[in-house]
Amino acid sequence: MSIPPASVEQAQKAMSSTLLICEHCDTVHRRRPLARGEVARCMRCNAVLERHQRIGLDTMLALVVTVMVVFVQANVWPIITLGFNGEQIHATLWGIIIMMWKEHSQVVSVLAAATLFFFPLCKMGILGWLLVFGRQGRRAPGFVPLMVVLHYIAPWTMSEVFVLGVLVSIVKAHMYFDVTPDVGVFAYAALALLITVFAGIDLRQLWDRIPEEPA
Amino acid sequence: MAALPRAHELGLIGCHVCGQICRDTQVDHAACPRCGSSLHRRKPYSAARTWALLIAAFIFYIPANVLPIMRTVSLGDVDDNTILSGVIELWVKGSPDLAVIVFTASIVVPMLKFLVMSTLLLSAHRGTSWARRQRALLYRLVEFIGYWSMLDVFVVALLTALVQFGFFSQVEPLPGVVYFGLTVILTMLASQSFDPRLIWDCKDDDD
Repeated sequence: MSIPPASVEQAQKAMSSTLLICEHCDTVHRRRPLARGEVARCMRCNAVLERHQRIGLDTMLALVVTVMVVFVQANVWPIITLGFNGEQIHATLWGIIIMMWKEHSQVVSVLAAATLFFFPLCKMGILGWLLVFGRQGRRAPGFVPLMVVLHYIAPWTMSEVFVLGVLVSIVKAHMYFDVTPDVGVFAYAALALLITVFAGIDLRQLWDRIPEEPA
Repeated sequence: MAALPRAHELGLIGCHVCGQICRDTQVDHAACPRCGSSLHRRKPYSAARTWALLIAAFIFYIPANVLPIMRTVSLGDVDDNTILSGVIELWVKGSPDLAVIVFTASIVVPMLKFLVMSTLLLSAHRGTSWARRQRALLYRLVEFIGYWSMLDVFVVALLTALVQFGFFSQVEPLPGVVYFGLTVILTMLASQSFDPRLIWDCKDDDD
């Protein structure tokens, strides 16, 4: 290669704005601006290439803050209360995690802590951090490694599965006990809704939307 | 379909982490200029890794189904439930619709994953052009539904934390649930390490 590195970088930037490579089959497509609600699909394998991103950085930050508020509620308040012979037991997320640890299912305890607490927390924390700087048009300190971390933890957040789990547990426990859903369960339901909104947002757009400062 | 160029034909690589389009410099251990991750034309050792993880997941899936996942003790009466007997109990006593959901999440989805992933691996290995669009769709489906199998693990955890009435009624997790949790994690890792680009890597390119 005889091209000096600076121009290679420029050429690459130009390619990224005009081309798209399908993640699923490696087909190269010409990129074109999408209208509201439009989804670009791969001609070869029909996978989604790109969605029109109508949510701006400000809205995204607002969503992240909302998720954080709801997340705190979901973790602080009990999720379900069980009544039996006048005795009542409340379950919170951390109560569940600690109980599984004590009952010799440490693996399950660690899984639950990671997928329901630490990964969602990291994801929201990192996104919030990136967006606070991003909306001022700046890259946050640690932008590049944090974006990579975000890519790797994304598949490992499972709050929406937990919501379904709560529902099944309520029905199962209801066969023998008095069950009352608590504030936490509503917080989790709200969280599941917000996660669905987030599912349509492609976080990779932050690479383009928050440009590098000229060195 | 011949008009659709693929990245390697144009000498390009899309970064697997950030999506940046890079020129393929044919150098080993090249790094993405944007995110610093190493660039690969295909996920490295995709088939071997996926097979290994899939077989490990299958081995764990056997005790996950055979061993009980949950013990219910009420008034000294001990009742051990496996995944399947839990589904049946839900069907008989509670609500059949939820039983269907749990059955789907705990039995159908893992089995589907084993079947689909081995079909994808075998057909990619043979380099056949058979039903490629459908195979690509199957892969995306497996990726999308995979983590819902954690449902039963969360249910056992919730019930354990809730039903703690000492002698009157008590729920304890049993080893089956640990094996099941590991099965789900391993199948998720397996589907992530499979490279769907392999589906399209075969000689004849007419669809």
